[in-house]
Amino acid sequence: MLHAIAFYVLSAFILGFAVLVISTRNTVHSVLYLVLNFLAVAALYVLLTAQFLAAIQVLVYAGGIVVLYLFVVMLVNLKRPPEDHSSPQRRSWIGFALAGLVLAELGAIVTFGSVVAPTGPDMEMSDLALHNVEQIGMLLYTDYLIPFEVASMLLLVAMVGAIVLAKREL
Amino acid sequence: MITPTHYMVLSAALFIIGVIGVMVRRNIIIIFMSIELILNAVNINLVAFSYKLQNGVGQVFAIFVIAVAAAEAAVGLGIILAFYRNKETVNIDEMNVMRW
Repeated sequence: MLHAIAFYVLSAFILGFAVLVISTRNTVHSVLYLVLNFLAVAALYVLLTAQFLAAIQVLVYAGGIVVLYLFVVMLVNLKRPPEDHSSPQRRSWIGFALAGLVLAELGAIVTFGSVVAPTGPDMEMSDLALHNVEQIGMLLYTDYLIPFEVASMLLLVAMVGAIVLAKREL
Repeated sequence: MITPTHYMVLSAALFIIGVIGVMVRRNIIIIFMSIELILNAVNINLVAFSYKLQNGVGQVFAIFVIAVAAAEAAVGLGIILAFYRNKETVNIDEMNVMRW
């Protein structure tokens, strides 16, 4: 029961802040709503007994990526928002139509597809919930060691690439 | 009782909001934020099934998704800064240097 209440409240927060992110005209406000959205998602992870992932979400998303966005929004300093320019050949209803199509597709999958999942012995007191960091660390450094190293390589390349792109002259 | 289907519906709704943001907005910074919303929707799905199946692999994959999102944000915002320095705009309708 408590789980259901928490789920619906957090869902309302997540979806409400997501709508505000894409509908606010001021870009700085949009970034701040994105922080709140990420924090609500982190709370949802705690509800799903993924504590380590919740901490990562707060540190990396709400702490790191959003600061990066805020820096760029402050640096570009728009006098006129791009929505003020009129462009006759752009039709925004196509976006809504395509999004509705994807929504219908996902709804059909949820309605007609069936998910048969085995129920765990005791969800709240399971090993994954109680020893979350140990379990994730064990998986990350044994079975998924190669993807982990590839991810670190990707981050290094992205860092070098971002510096090369943003530097005025090399 | 909250089933994985509830989480799938939440994830689909968040994904759709992200898609609408990518399609409708013209500010490229907002479009990048919409892509972050889409990646978050994917993560919610992964973690929900990790909880249901009591298997940590879903959470490991969510960590990889976060790593890729961080790399994407860094490179994408670098491109935005480089483009803004040359063209003084973040409107995607005016980003047509590579159009054939």
